[in-house]
Amino acid sequence: MTALLKHPGYNEERLQRVAEQLPCREVQVGMLLSLMGQPQQYSYPSVFIYGHRASGKSHVMHVLMKELELPHATVSCVECVSVVLLFEQVLLSFFGCDAASLLPRSPSLSDFVRIYRQQCSQSPAKQTRYIVMEKAELLRDTDASLLPALLRLQELVEDNVTVILLSEIIWDKFRPNTGCFEPLLLHFPDYSKGELQQILSQNRHSSYSAEFYSTYINILLGVFYSVCRDLRELRHLAALNFSKFCEPLAEGKVKETDTHKLWKHIEPHLKKAMQTVYLREVSSLQWEQMQQMEEKEAGALRGLSAHTHVELPYYSKFLLIAAYLASYNPARTDKRFFLKHHGKIRKTNFLKKNEKTSNHLLGPKPFPLDRLLAIFYSVVDSRVAPTASIFSQISSLVTLQLLAQVSHDDQLDAPKYKCAVSLEFICAISRTVNFDIVKYLYDFL
Amino acid sequence: MGSRHAALTDTPSAKKKKKTPSLESYFVHCCEDAESSGTRFGLCRDMWDKIKADTEVLQDELNRKILDSLLDFTRKSSSTHHHSDWTSQMRASEIPTAALMLGVNVPDHDMTFQSLSDLLQQSVTPHVASVQAKECGALKHLMKKVLERLMNTVVVVDEEDEEENMQTSTQLHRSVHCSLRILCDWYIKCATGTPGKKRSCPVRDEQQQPPVVIIFKDLEAFNPRVLQDFILICSRYIDRLPLTFIFGIATSPSTIQHMLPYSVSSLLCIELFQSLSCTQHLATVIDKLILTPCIPFKLNGKVMQVLISIFLYHDFSVRNFIKGLQLALLEHFHSQPLSVLCCKKKQALLNVMQLSQPNLERIRQLPSFKRYVEKLEAQEQVNLMTSDTHLKEVCQKLIKDLRKYHKNYYPVLRCLHTLTSSLPRYPLGKQIRELHLICLEKNVWENEDYQSAMKLVKMLAKDELVALLQRCVEILQSSKSKNMKNALVQLEELLAKFKQLDSAAEMAPTVEASITSPIKNLQKKTDLFQLQKTLLEMNESRRAKRLSPFENLRNEALEFIDGLVKSHLSPPESQTLYEVCYYSSSATVRRHLNATPRTSIQAALSSPYYYLQNDRLKTDDGTVSSAAPDICIAYKLHLECGRLINLYDWLEAFTTVVSAGEGNDPDSENFGKVDEVKHARFIRAVSELEFLGFIKSTKQKTDHVARLTWGGC
Repeated sequence: MTALLKHPGYNEERLQRVAEQLPCREVQVGMLLSLMGQPQQYSYPSVFIYGHRASGKSHVMHVLMKELELPHATVSCVECVSVVLLFEQVLLSFFGCDAASLLPRSPSLSDFVRIYRQQCSQSPAKQTRYIVMEKAELLRDTDASLLPALLRLQELVEDNVTVILLSEIIWDKFRPNTGCFEPLLLHFPDYSKGELQQILSQNRHSSYSAEFYSTYINILLGVFYSVCRDLRELRHLAALNFSKFCEPLAEGKVKETDTHKLWKHIEPHLKKAMQTVYLREVSSLQWEQMQQMEEKEAGALRGLSAHTHVELPYYSKFLLIAAYLASYNPARTDKRFFLKHHGKIRKTNFLKKNEKTSNHLLGPKPFPLDRLLAIFYSVVDSRVAPTASIFSQISSLVTLQLLAQVSHDDQLDAPKYKCAVSLEFICAISRTVNFDIVKYLYDFL
Repeated sequence: MGSRHAALTDTPSAKKKKKTPSLESYFVHCCEDAESSGTRFGLCRDMWDKIKADTEVLQDELNRKILDSLLDFTRKSSSTHHHSDWTSQMRASEIPTAALMLGVNVPDHDMTFQSLSDLLQQSVTPHVASVQAKECGALKHLMKKVLERLMNTVVVVDEEDEEENMQTSTQLHRSVHCSLRILCDWYIKCATGTPGKKRSCPVRDEQQQPPVVIIFKDLEAFNPRVLQDFILICSRYIDRLPLTFIFGIATSPSTIQHMLPYSVSSLLCIELFQSLSCTQHLATVIDKLILTPCIPFKLNGKVMQVLISIFLYHDFSVRNFIKGLQLALLEHFHSQPLSVLCCKKKQALLNVMQLSQPNLERIRQLPSFKRYVEKLEAQEQVNLMTSDTHLKEVCQKLIKDLRKYHKNYYPVLRCLHTLTSSLPRYPLGKQIRELHLICLEKNVWENEDYQSAMKLVKMLAKDELVALLQRCVEILQSSKSKNMKNALVQLEELLAKFKQLDSAAEMAPTVEASITSPIKNLQKKTDLFQLQKTLLEMNESRRAKRLSPFENLRNEALEFIDGLVKSHLSPPESQTLYEVCYYSSSATVRRHLNATPRTSIQAALSSPYYYLQNDRLKTDDGTVSSAAPDICIAYKLHLECGRLINLYDWLEAFTTVVSAGEGNDPDSENFGKVDEVKHARFIRAVSELEFLGFIKSTKQKTDHVARLTWGGC
């Protein structure tokens, strides 16, 4: 901490505030500050910071920039649908609206550099300017020249500017084939359990003592640490369940210090939270309402994945069944299943060497439309005219994502599909039409 | 002849109509009986307007519950947004999301979304944007659509002018690239109403901020990548922009989990809303539109069957069902001249008096009317056939009878349905529409299922039976017809008797004494023959045994119901003049609603005469004239081949047929020779067939093509 406080060129009081806001990230902040040097000094052209979700990358940068009042532009790459937005935002934050409006309609990188230099000559940097790019992994999908250019932007625009890339992915996955300027790498490790405890305990409820809240966090981490280390999520869960934790206290049954009783009270509740609200099966709003309700009523609320039943028109059901059979049975065996006088052919006759594994383990295979229809006509019990609506049902099954079109949209000739539903789902569907699908599946012969 | 005459006399008005081609002129054009077509068009339009209005009201009623809860949800989510207590500061700010389960009947969803966004705009927030998957292939497009819809609907032009100086940069580029930041600035400006510094301080007043609602109409069809990015972006602005999402989901809510990874779905606060299932929806529509005497237009059993099977087998779409009803309505009024009588009672009686001579003749030709006449005395028959005024009078009476029939039919149908709908295995169907179809078909009481249903009703426990009868009473109470009022009185009397039984129940002595003696005998004898005999005897005696008062009463009640059914549930075909109200051409409806493209192509290829209207092409069935178009000849020839077709053989056969068609002398040297022109014609015909999907090239044999279609359909 002392090392942090002694950075030359920055106000000590401000550094103090920074340190307060960034617990458990002292090492990283110290490193960053020494990389940045004094405000007026040139800094390293590009820094690459990586670490898992919610390991404090953006937060650290945000606090540093804000508290030390450094000129900066923060850009989230996910938001930059096109590079224009990226350029615009950088120019806007450094030079104001007028500069941003100078960009032509569809600017290239060189337009950006030109305008930057032009503006920069009018208002040269007195201290290092920073461009913080969040979710930098998305830069890989954009124009190939963008990332290398950003990495040495300092050279290109001849200004005291540093680009800081924040990413959840390591640098090795970024490096372009053609090579590029290597940024400085900085890793933000995950918070340890102790650190999480320390950080979470900081935002305690004002009407309870710090110790009490710390106990609560300890219990919470005991349940959730094994599944979730995401600080943001943990904080969310802490907020959702705290009122339940305080319940026995409010009723006067226990004292604040009676940790064991408190634990007994909250533990099953937290376990339940792990299965429901943590997985977003139940929304946090509903979870809060549930806490106020009686135990019995709360049981009635079902999660998202509990509703799997799908109503389909009669022929759609059979089309889906036919698609499933086509996807999971080898085409050679169709004769065996759908011809009336197929004779006695045992499974071993069909077995090829590589087909010993179950088709269900291999996943659905693509099939052409005519095979689907041939199977459909043999499984559906009545005679069906090949009407237009049968075909439109196939395409609506595709839009419902129950079937997937494998061939390209443009291919009108013999489109290929895959069945995208699970065995459980198709069994439920075939039960409603009294069709014993298991009898027709090669895997279960 | 009569109709042409009428058309001639009607020329002035017809000319007038032609000048302004309207719906009516389309209707009147090539209509069966031109004279009354104007009236029929009016009737048809009125009735359709009524049906349409009714369905809209119905739709609103059905959706009210779910829409209300959605409105509540958006209101609540916007109000909880700006809490300043500890919990809401601590918890992650999620985007409130409503997952609206709508079922797979996608065509119906539009109407729901329309009324949802209308209601939202009226009562919750002006900022509503709905997007569809097909217009949002990329994130850019989605963003653009959302921004366009949100900002264009609200931003007034002159307001923009004031802002122009300050916002030039953003205004200029808005069409090129749009980010949520712009939306955010715009929203804050909208909310405060005063142009000025945005990025409003977070400690702003608690005043209600209208949420920004984005409706994703068809979630399944969206590109998951686009959706994920969009949600990620939105979540960055959620503390400044009170966004609310509504996902329209056709299948099941687990779709959300399939489409969005945990890192994205954890940004949403998803609440589930289940809308009414489409079968329930259809049941209500049928109940309100079909099973009511208020709308004189009716469908006969076959048409009804076609519409319902399209619904159940193909699309589950109530909207398409109503479209089918509309088609039947139009067809009926268009093709049946006597449909002038298919309207409200007063109007119908009036129209009877104004029937023209040809129309009266049509009435005399109606099968149902003929049947009616045959039953009358000879003198009366002659009267009806000769005197127009007498016919008109009789017609008035018959129309009244038909109305009475309908007024009695529906209440009795409902009563029968109430009694039988809860029986095990549902002998007469679970839904009232199934029972209705049975009744339309033939005399329901001759149906085996009816008899077994009645037997099952007999087995009902007393309290069950009484409860069902009580419900029948309620149904009959709502009917105003005289017959039904009589029935109501009788039924109430029966119910009263049942209640008396209750009080007298304890007094009834058991009849067991008579049974005991054979049982004693049975214990004595072990002979098989004797045993059988005694058992038979026992059976006899049990059957013959005196019925308990409850059983008596129950039989009485059932006989009463049976009587009602027999007198009122006869099929409409038995009613005289039923043709006036009932539309019966199921083939037309099927052809229009459930098209079979392949069948029509095959029909065109095998009998081109019907399409080209050329007499030379007319042949005896099975053959194709050699003068037919090339493709028809090639098609006909390919039907005679197996799975693989040898192209050369096919060409030979083709040239032979074509040469014969050209009238060449079969004995001449050049007959059947392949010349360049015929070769080219053949190649064109084959490639046309390939384009239509009848053949395709195959790798098995290079000079062969594979045939792709089999069978007649």
